[in-house]
Amino acid sequence: MSVTTPTQTRGLSDWRVRHAASLSEWRHSVRVFARDRLAVIAVVWIAFMVVLAVGAPVIAPYPSQGQGQPDVSIRLQAPSAHHLFGTDELGRDVLSRVVYGSRIALVMPFVTMIGVLLIGIPLGGIAGYFGGLVDEAVMRVTDVFLAFPSLILTMALVAFLGASLRNVGIAIVVTWWPWYTRLVRGMAVSLRQRPFVKVARTMGVADLRIILRHILPHAFGPVIVQMTVDVGTVILAVAAMSFLGLGAKPPTPDWGLMISTGQSYILQQWWIGTFPGLAIFLLVLAFNLVGDGLRDVLDPRMRR
Amino acid sequence: MSSAIPPAPGAPAPRAPAAGAAPAGAAPAGAPVGAGDLLRIAGLKVEFRSMRGVVKALDGVNLSVAPREILGLVGESGCGKSVTGFAVLGLLPRPIARYTDGEIVFRGEDLLGKSEHEMRALRGKVISMVFQDPLASLNPVFTVGEQISRVVRLHRGVSGGPAREMTREALAATGLPPTDEILQSYPHQLSGGMRQRACMAMAISCGSELLIADEPTTALDVTIQAQILKLLLRLREERGVAQVLITHNVGVAAQTCDRVAVMYAGTVVEQGPTARVMKHPYHPYTIALYECLPQGKRAAELHTIPGSVPDLIDPPPGCRYHPRCPRAMDVCTTVKPAPTPVAEGHWVSCHDVARRLAAPVHEVAP
Amino acid sequence: MTPLLAVDDLTVHFRIRRGFARRSADVVHAVDGVSFAIDHGHTLALVGESGSGKTTVAETVMQLTRATAGTVAFDGRDLTTLSGRERRALRQRVQIVFQDPYSSLDPRMTVHDLVAEPLRAHRRLSGRELERRILELLEMAGLGTQHLWRRPHEFSGGQCQRIAIARALALEPELVVLDEPTSALDVSVQARILVLLQELKERLGLAYLFIAHDLAVVESMADEAAVMYLGQIVERGPAAQVLRRPRHPYTAALLASVPSPDPDQRHGLKVLEGDVPSAVHPPAGCRFHPRCAFRMAVCETAAPEHRAIEGAGSRACHLPDETVFGLDGKPVGGPVG
Repeated sequence: MSVTTPTQTRGLSDWRVRHAASLSEWRHSVRVFARDRLAVIAVVWIAFMVVLAVGAPVIAPYPSQGQGQPDVSIRLQAPSAHHLFGTDELGRDVLSRVVYGSRIALVMPFVTMIGVLLIGIPLGGIAGYFGGLVDEAVMRVTDVFLAFPSLILTMALVAFLGASLRNVGIAIVVTWWPWYTRLVRGMAVSLRQRPFVKVARTMGVADLRIILRHILPHAFGPVIVQMTVDVGTVILAVAAMSFLGLGAKPPTPDWGLMISTGQSYILQQWWIGTFPGLAIFLLVLAFNLVGDGLRDVLDPRMRR
Repeated sequence: MSSAIPPAPGAPAPRAPAAGAAPAGAAPAGAPVGAGDLLRIAGLKVEFRSMRGVVKALDGVNLSVAPREILGLVGESGCGKSVTGFAVLGLLPRPIARYTDGEIVFRGEDLLGKSEHEMRALRGKVISMVFQDPLASLNPVFTVGEQISRVVRLHRGVSGGPAREMTREALAATGLPPTDEILQSYPHQLSGGMRQRACMAMAISCGSELLIADEPTTALDVTIQAQILKLLLRLREERGVAQVLITHNVGVAAQTCDRVAVMYAGTVVEQGPTARVMKHPYHPYTIALYECLPQGKRAAELHTIPGSVPDLIDPPPGCRYHPRCPRAMDVCTTVKPAPTPVAEGHWVSCHDVARRLAAPVHEVAP
Repeated sequence: MTPLLAVDDLTVHFRIRRGFARRSADVVHAVDGVSFAIDHGHTLALVGESGSGKTTVAETVMQLTRATAGTVAFDGRDLTTLSGRERRALRQRVQIVFQDPYSSLDPRMTVHDLVAEPLRAHRRLSGRELERRILELLEMAGLGTQHLWRRPHEFSGGQCQRIAIARALALEPELVVLDEPTSALDVSVQARILVLLQELKERLGLAYLFIAHDLAVVESMADEAAVMYLGQIVERGPAAQVLRRPRHPYTAALLASVPSPDPDQRHGLKVLEGDVPSAVHPPAGCRFHPRCAFRMAVCETAAPEHRAIEGAGSRACHLPDETVFGLDGKPVGGPVG
C-alpha cells in the first residue's frame, strides 16, 4: 500500500475532489432512474404540470375565467376550437380552470408533506434512537392516530376547524405524520444496533449529532419512497375534501370542486367533470410511477 | 485414492471455440485429469456482465474429483472457488453469467449442455450442495422434517411413511437424533451446528454421489466445525460421497481433504495430494499463502503478500499473479502458464516452476 | 503500577421479556464474575466461541452496555462512578475496532469525515491542524491522500479495517479494544493488518484487549490470554503457556479442534461433543461439565472457583492443579480421573 507524506493540504479545498464520490453517485443514480422509461415520462409530466402552475396567467387561454370570472353567455358549451375543454355551468373555460387548478394540486401536497416530514421524522428518530419511555410514549400516540381510518379523521378535523383549503392542509398534516414517525422509528431501532452507530457512541459523539448524521440520512430512502406514494394519496384526499365541500370554496379552481359541480352535469355536459378528473388521475399516476423509479434507484441491488 | 494417471494426449474439445489462437486461451493439453473421474472440469471460463464491465471470474479452471474422493478448493475471496462450485450445478444466474469456454463432465456426461430441466433432476439427487450459512439455506417457515422430506419426495417419488423413514435415515446419517422433536423443529430452534447437519441431511437424503460444500464451517464455532468436518469424512467412509470442499481455511483443507486445488484470481494455480501441496508447495502464491499463516509465529514474524488481488474486469495479462510475484519473468506478463506436472498427481501453473523442473526442486516447508 | 484496565467480578445479565404484557422474564447470563487486568502497553486476548460472553465484556468496557454487578476501572477510576463530563473525557482514552469492516463505517461518509468525526466531536482540532492530523492518521494506517474522499464501499475489507484503525487512533487512546478485527478478512490481508496492529502497538505504546476465536492469531498477537466459556473465564495466563500447555479441559478441547495446516499433525478433529448450552439456563456446578471428558461427581454440583496456579496463571477447575493437557486434548502425565 503506497504511503504519501502529508505535505500539502491546499488541494483539499477543491470542492470537486471532496465531493467526487457524491457526484459520481448522483450521476449513477440518475442513470439508474433513467432506465425506467415510464418514470422518466412521469417526471416530464410533473415538470409540465409545474410549468402550467407557474405560468398559468400566461398559458391559460382565458386567465380571468380560469380564476373564476363567469361569462354566462357561453355556458355549457361543448369542447371546440375556442374552448378545447368546453365551458362549465358559469361559462368559464374549463381548460383555463384546469390549468389554474394545477397550482392547488401541486402546492397542497407539497406544503402538507413538508409539515408531515417536519413533525414525523424527528419524532421517529428520537423515539427509535433513545428507546425506553420516550419510544413507548411516541408509539402509543401514533397508535391512537393510526387507529382511525385516515380519511374519516381528516374529515372530522376539517369539520371541527371549519371548511377551507388551509384547514384541509392542517388536517392532513395531523392525520399523516404518524406513518412517517413509525417508518423512521423502525429504521432508527435497527440502525441503533449497527456497528457504525455503536462506534460513534464510543467516540463520544453527541446523541443529537448521531441522530442527524448517522440515523436520519439512512432513513431517507424509505421515506422518499413512501412520500411519492403518499403525494398521490394527498392529492386525492385534497380533491376528496373539496368534492365533499369541505375544502376549496367556489370560485376556486380546485379540481375536486370541479368534479363535484360537474357531477350534476355528467350526462349531458360530461366535460365539466371529466377533464379535471383526468388531470387528477394523470398527476397521481405520474407520482406513483416516479415512486417506482425511485425505488429502483434506492434498491442497492439494482444499482450494480 | 487420487487419480494420478497422466492425461491423454490432446485436450478435450472446448465447448465454445476459443477466440484467436492464443495458447493461453484454449483448454490446456496438460490438464490434470484422469480416467474414471467422477467430475472433471477442463478449461472452464465464466464471465459476468456487470454495470462496470465484464468480470472474467474464471479463466480456465481445471480440476477433477475421483469417486469417494474429497477435493479441497482453497483460495481467498474473489478467487472464483464459489463460482466454480455454482457452475457445476448450473446455478449461475443465466443472463448475467456466461460460460465462454471449457466443459464440466460428470460421470461422462457434459453438464453444460444440459437443459435446466435435466439439471434439476440431478440437483439434490446426484449432485448436492451445502452452503455457508445454514440459517439462510433453510426456509424459516417450514420444519426441518418437512424440508428434508420434500427433497425425498421430489427425487425418490415416495410420500408419507416411506418419505418419513428416509428423512429419519438422512438425519441419523448426519448425527442428528432422528426423533420427532427434531423433525418438527423449525430452523431457528436448532443450534448452528445442528442446522448445518440438517442441510447436509437434505443434501445426502437421496444418495448423492457428489457433495459440493461451499465454506460449510466458516460460520460455525471451532468446536462445532470439528464436528462437521468429522461428519464430512464419515459421509465419505460410510456412504461413499465424493466431495468438493470449498474453503479459505488452509487448516480445514489440510485435515479433511485427499487432494487440494489452490485457486487465485480465477485459475487453479496448484493442485495435488494434500500432503504434497501443503508440505512441498511450488507455486509462489501457495508458498506466500502459507507464510502468511499466523500458526506458530509472533506478529512481527508474519509475512505478507505485497499488492492486492487484481480487478477481474481488467485482469493482468498472462499469469494473473505476476504483479505480486517475486519470481515473475517477462513471459509471465504475456502468456498464461499451463499446468505442469511436478510429481505424480501434483500440477503447478507457473512458468518459473516449469523452467526449473530440470534443476533441483525448490522445497519450502510451510 | 495501576493496571490500565482492571475488570473485577464483572457480571452482565440481560432480561428478555416474554409473554403477554411482558410479565415473565428470562435472564441471559451473558457474563458472570469475570476478572482480569491489562497493563499499559500489554495485549490481553479474550478467547471463546459464541455464547462465551467475550463480546459483551468488550461492550461493557466500552460503556455500550451497563454492567449488572462488578466494576470496570480504567486507570484506577471506576467507570460507574464517573460524572458525565469525566465519562466523555474517558471515551477518548479507550477506542474500539469491530469485526466487520464495512458495517463499522457509515457507508455515506467519506474517509475524511469518518476519521475527522471523533476529532470534531471533541473539538480538539480544526482547520489546517485537523487536516494535517487526518493525513497523519491515514499514513499511520497505511492509507494515502488518494483515499480521502472515497466511500467505504469502494475499498476492500482490509482497507476498511485500516480506516477503522485510523479512526480509532484519532483521539490518541491508550487502550484499543479489537473485536475480532481480522476474522472477516482473507489470510493474506489478515497478516498485513496484524503486522500493522503490532507496529502501532509498539510505536504508540498501546494496550490491546484483543477478542478472537482464532487461536493462531491469539498466539501471534497476545501477551496474555483468557479463555471464556459461557460467561466465565475458565483459564488465564501467559499466551504462550495457555495455548501450548493448557490446564483446563475446555482450552485443551478448543486447541484440539483447530485444524492445523500441517497435514502431518493429524489433530484438529478431536471432537468436543454437544452444543454450547443456553446462557439462560446454564448448567449447575461447573458450566462445562456436560461436555467435559474428565468430569467428576463434584463438577456437577459445585462450581469451581477461579484460582491462581503456581507460576502458571489461573483457572477454574476441580482437576488437580498439576494437570496439563497436550495439543491433542489428552492430559500429559499427572493424575487425572
